[in-house]
Amino acid sequence: MNSAAEASPISPVASSSRIGRTLRKYALQIAIVLVLVVIWAFFYWRSPRTFGHYDIYNALMVTTPYYALMAIPLTLVIIAKEIDLSFCSIMAWGMAAYDLVFLALNRTNPILAVYLGFVACLVAGLVAGYLNGWIVVHLGIPSLVATLGTQYFWRGAVLVVTNGEGLGMTVVQSTVLYPVLDGYLFGKIPVDFVWMILFAVATWWFLNRHKFGAHVYLTGDNTESANLMGVDTGRTKILAFTLVGVISAFAGFVVSAGLLFLWPTLGEGYLLNTLASVFLGGTSVFGGTGTIFGTFVGSFIIAIIDPGIVAAGWTAYWTQFIYGAIIVVSVALQAVLQRRLA
Amino acid sequence: MNPAAVVQMKGISKTFGEVAALRNVNFEVGPNEIVGLLGDNGAGKSTLVKILTGYYQPDPGGEIYLKGTKIDRLSVAKARDLGIEVVYQERALSELHSLWRNIFMGRELANRWGVLDLKAMKSETQRLMMTAMGFTSAAVTPDSVVGAFSGGERQGVAITRALYFHAELIILDEPTMGLSLSETRKCTDFVRGIKQAGKAAIFIDHNIFHVHPIADRIVVLDRGAVAGEFKKDELTLDQLISRLEMVAQTGSLENHNSVA
Repeated sequence: MNSAAEASPISPVASSSRIGRTLRKYALQIAIVLVLVVIWAFFYWRSPRTFGHYDIYNALMVTTPYYALMAIPLTLVIIAKEIDLSFCSIMAWGMAAYDLVFLALNRTNPILAVYLGFVACLVAGLVAGYLNGWIVVHLGIPSLVATLGTQYFWRGAVLVVTNGEGLGMTVVQSTVLYPVLDGYLFGKIPVDFVWMILFAVATWWFLNRHKFGAHVYLTGDNTESANLMGVDTGRTKILAFTLVGVISAFAGFVVSAGLLFLWPTLGEGYLLNTLASVFLGGTSVFGGTGTIFGTFVGSFIIAIIDPGIVAAGWTAYWTQFIYGAIIVVSVALQAVLQRRLA
Repeated sequence: MNPAAVVQMKGISKTFGEVAALRNVNFEVGPNEIVGLLGDNGAGKSTLVKILTGYYQPDPGGEIYLKGTKIDRLSVAKARDLGIEVVYQERALSELHSLWRNIFMGRELANRWGVLDLKAMKSETQRLMMTAMGFTSAAVTPDSVVGAFSGGERQGVAITRALYFHAELIILDEPTMGLSLSETRKCTDFVRGIKQAGKAAIFIDHNIFHVHPIADRIVVLDRGAVAGEFKKDELTLDQLISRLEMVAQTGSLENHNSVA
């Protein structure tokens, strides 16, 4: 603590200029953008033909939201010093609810079946997310263990409900949901990317301009002092978990409707990408700090690696190796930065 | 009952299973009075404070009056609403966050939809920094992170916050623990500020050198009972020390002759 006190902004030596302060305040965000730019520049240099063409960016805008949508509310959970490992299963669980409702109403009115199925999907996600929060807050089970459990539970529920069988979703094309969730804006911009941006901005606003966000930060830094000062930390955590649940179900629908098919294995493989996006973005695993902007940029770093490696002419065997290297280096960079700035 | 007292506790006992943490304690804090609460570890200081803040309920028979009104079941929320605020050394602040977030922790200025009024919170923090917290350097802003402040400054932030939200009685739980000499002075200056603001305080410590200079009255607890209490003017520091030694040996201050 002594060293921190010496480097305190109270000492006249510390930078007191406005620019210096701003740079310090946003150092982590600036660093993560630089990481993205460097990686992008490298891939561009290796393969200007791929990275100089719109197609690659179109592909990135379509697929990144599939997990980045979930990374955004997950950022809140991690800032509140909890973790959620179950959202991939909740993605599929929401679609299992869709499956149930759709099959029940399909014969009478397939269009209505799609809409009601969509609502059921969101409600199922909300319930599952709320349950995660409830177990963590009211039963006092650490979220790592609790959501490890619910992750299996919801995946199991999906397999039971769907009998392990998929479901064709071509009917969705006849509803307004398809262009609204999986179409193109002005024929150029994938709509799911627009949703991701809207949702990121809305979450940013709640995190920084609303009481809920203020309480998320306070809960994560020092739960006890927040409680003593009258912050309802339990309710704050439950809300954050619930948000992850709803958005995971929403993402599940977007992905399935995009593929026009529901796979019971939906969501498998998203867990680590999503978590990595949050941590790459500078959100601390110790709680109390993190930004939506960081997560947003982090998710594109994750997204660009896969096509980048292929375009650079390396075998895909390199992918995981590079993922690992970039995550470790970026997180180490942040740790050093944070210590310097403390 | 003393209607003038900010707080009056009568016949307070607290037993945990077989252990009597407090035995028939009478304790009061007058208006604009700073009471030093002295006692060894396990003397019952923190149990008494936890009853006063609504964290524990006293055993049946104990009575608590706030400003002359009998309070039947004091809860943590009720105690806060009635103006009792505790400043804990380690648990008072959120260290990763800015000054303004800490000042308004749990009591954010927001409209009825919960939208924060950042401008108002920052300008109020700026004003408090100048008037109450004594930060003059331009390098400290409402956005400065509290974790970088020294121990005394943090106590100042917590005390300023309590006063700002109209606390009537501020309880300081070992506020000087682990502080350097100059930091201790800063801290005791803030405690004097409580008196200047016309409010009352309970200053809990086991270091009598920190308590004696600022307390108006000193209450000594020993093994769950009040071993003695006296106004500061009645005794010099030396006399106080020898009395405390006697308490340690006999558990009582009754025999005054041996000290004089």
